[in-house]
Amino acid sequence: MTRDTPLLARYAEGLFWMARYLERVENLARLVDVTQTFESPGHEIESWFALVRINADEAGFAKRGLIPTAESVKFFYLLDHDNPTSIPASLEAARTNARTLRPLISTEMWTQLNVFHRDMTRIAEAELQGDRLSRLCGRIKEGVQAHTGITDGTFFRDQGWFFYQLGRLIERADQTTRLLDIRYHLLMPAAGEERRIAELTQWGNVVRAAAGYHAFRRVAPPGFTPADVVAFLITDTAFPRSVGLCVTQMEWCLTQLRRRYGLRGTVAALERVEDLRAGIVGRPVEQIIADGLHEFLDRVQSDLIQLASEIGTAFFRDWRPLADGQGQSQSQSQTAA
Amino acid sequence: MQSSPADPFRDYDPGPYFCELATERTGDGGARDVVRGRIGAIGLDALRARAAAAENDLINLGITFTVYSEASAIDRILPFDCIPRILTAAEWRTLEAGVQQRVAALNLFLHDIYHRRAILRDGVVPADLVLGNSNYRPEMEAFPVRFGTYVHICGTDIVRDAEGRFLVLEDNARTPSGVSYVVENRHLMSRTFPDLMAGVRLRPVDDYGRRLLEAMSEIAPEGVDNPQVVLLSPGIYNSAYFEHVFLAREMGVPLVEGADLVVEDERVWMRTTGGRRPVHTIYRRIGDDFLDPTVFRPDSLLGVPGLIGAWRRGNVTLANAVGTGVADDKAVYAYMPRIIKYYLDQEAILPNVETHICREQAGLAYTLANLDNLVVKPVGESGGYGITIGPRATRAEIAAARAALMADPSNWISQPMIGLSVAPTLTDTGIRPRHLDLRPFAVTGKTTWVLPGGLSRVALREGSLVVNSSQGGGSKDTWVLMDEGEAP
Repeated sequence: MTRDTPLLARYAEGLFWMARYLERVENLARLVDVTQTFESPGHEIESWFALVRINADEAGFAKRGLIPTAESVKFFYLLDHDNPTSIPASLEAARTNARTLRPLISTEMWTQLNVFHRDMTRIAEAELQGDRLSRLCGRIKEGVQAHTGITDGTFFRDQGWFFYQLGRLIERADQTTRLLDIRYHLLMPAAGEERRIAELTQWGNVVRAAAGYHAFRRVAPPGFTPADVVAFLITDTAFPRSVGLCVTQMEWCLTQLRRRYGLRGTVAALERVEDLRAGIVGRPVEQIIADGLHEFLDRVQSDLIQLASEIGTAFFRDWRPLADGQGQSQSQSQTAA
Repeated sequence: MQSSPADPFRDYDPGPYFCELATERTGDGGARDVVRGRIGAIGLDALRARAAAAENDLINLGITFTVYSEASAIDRILPFDCIPRILTAAEWRTLEAGVQQRVAALNLFLHDIYHRRAILRDGVVPADLVLGNSNYRPEMEAFPVRFGTYVHICGTDIVRDAEGRFLVLEDNARTPSGVSYVVENRHLMSRTFPDLMAGVRLRPVDDYGRRLLEAMSEIAPEGVDNPQVVLLSPGIYNSAYFEHVFLAREMGVPLVEGADLVVEDERVWMRTTGGRRPVHTIYRRIGDDFLDPTVFRPDSLLGVPGLIGAWRRGNVTLANAVGTGVADDKAVYAYMPRIIKYYLDQEAILPNVETHICREQAGLAYTLANLDNLVVKPVGESGGYGITIGPRATRAEIAAARAALMADPSNWISQPMIGLSVAPTLTDTGIRPRHLDLRPFAVTGKTTWVLPGGLSRVALREGSLVVNSSQGGGSKDTWVLMDEGEAP
């Protein structure tokens, strides 16, 4: 009874990017929330501007004529439709992709995204103030989580689902490396007990921003060190946002695309992802730190960009042969730091 | 003080018009009274609340069409009126047979004019009306189509006069739209007004996608097993994009844009993650002009270079065929009763509205002498544009119509004003009569199947006769009652 169902290259690309944009929205909402809730007194501007640095948006921020204040960063990410990395702009892009995907995705996926998008275009400035901001972030996170749940429960799992997963996983891994990178810069090596305690609080917030605080408490030793946080976020394959788990799942998705659907274009991407995994999973974190964490994260980010580009070249490119020659045709703000 | 809600039909008055709910007719098994009673029991306030919920549903579901102005694109819903329009089993038998007859005649006519041209030689239809028509496609001459079917999907616009007679107003043989609303309106009705429908035996409408896919598979090039059908859409910025999505989903086939297709070795391929896959039938929702920039408009970015070549080689089927626009032209429409008689030797089951052809001396003279009483229409337009309704026009509008007629008579036809039937419709001032039409949809592969009912478009403005969605029209769920004893 089955009809052979090939997947249009354009749909595969749309799924990949819809997932990426939504993952970005969720991460951003979480970062804003954590920044607000745990901002260190006296360092407000620094902690808010860290958001801009995590997203490598310094140039875009300056171009919008903004100066680094808590208010301007909030505006830039929550209200500014002209900032392509803002939540409204990412949601707009996700919905546009969903619109082209309507023949393929479930009606429930489309409807939820359609309504969610409409709600988010109506964020009022007052919602950025005081206790309302945290509730707003909660609504945004829940919006994406509802999408994820509906997708999990209703989206048919043929090859399209694997492209959707790949987009989500690449974005998620990328966000985790950025979060870690920027905090690592902020937190210089310890000197004195008081400083060390303050830093551990800060490190706890890093894990919080990745939604891993309580799991980390369970697995980390009582007197944890920054190295334990790094190990958790990079190599712990039980943690949903760890780079290691994301990369392992990417490899599985690519393998499935080749085995189940006979997609031969997966070769380059699979090699890249195998390399990535080998450099992460099972590698002692002390060695990563000794070799330079920033350099390591930089390399992971650039590998993820390459991976996305290889997937794009292998599977998405054909439908627009006249495109700009970039695999990542919807890419924005993905330049390595 | 009122203790119970007043009957919302208490002061309902359809006036001189045929009313789809109130006018007495036999053979409805009491369904009209049942529906009327139930609406009365729901009461105006609850009706309004439920109607608002239904329209909110449409927005959330994105069942919208897009209206473009200079600066912006706005997603609008087709306003939904919750009081259904009811057709009896006998009425539907007439409509169904009439539509089938008409589609058969259209296909025979198209085959004839692109081959032997007997009807032109016999002087039944003027040759220059066909051969000089801007929708005539020389590319179609002597080209065979499977089963002689050119018009695979046809939408026939039908109105009802004061006596309740069905009259055909227009054939839509190119890419008629609106069928998605027929099915979605029914879903909406079942969700929002289950109590209104309970126990009323209706013919279902959700078979459309399967029937369409069946027809699209039948017409695929001969010798292809498991043909790949696709729906070709201009994309998300087209105002009918939702309908394209709907049709692709209901058929379970890819919705493609021009850029997804490529022609190589005179075959059509679609670009997939696994490389290129062959395509055999294209249900295209873009006009002839935009299909292939190497044959028609060179500036078209929507089409596929080489598509017409692949088609002429018989490697792919297009539905509808190219060149059907010459048959649904408003000028050719006037000849349809004679066309039916010529090919089928039958009288038209569904008569035309009396039509004066201004390209003919007599038609022009009559039209100019009676402008005040006639509806004047340009032959090449759709969507209700360019129409002058004589009895309702100002002096200046009549003068403008006269000038346009004199300047280019062959661009115009005129018809008497039909007192279109009305149906009770929920308005700000209560339940009021509003004029409406009906567009049944016919699908033809080897044979013709007509979706029971069709799209009932209702002019929401008081007294208005223009039902088009672009001009303030809405729609109703259209119920076709089953015969007693008929299996569902």
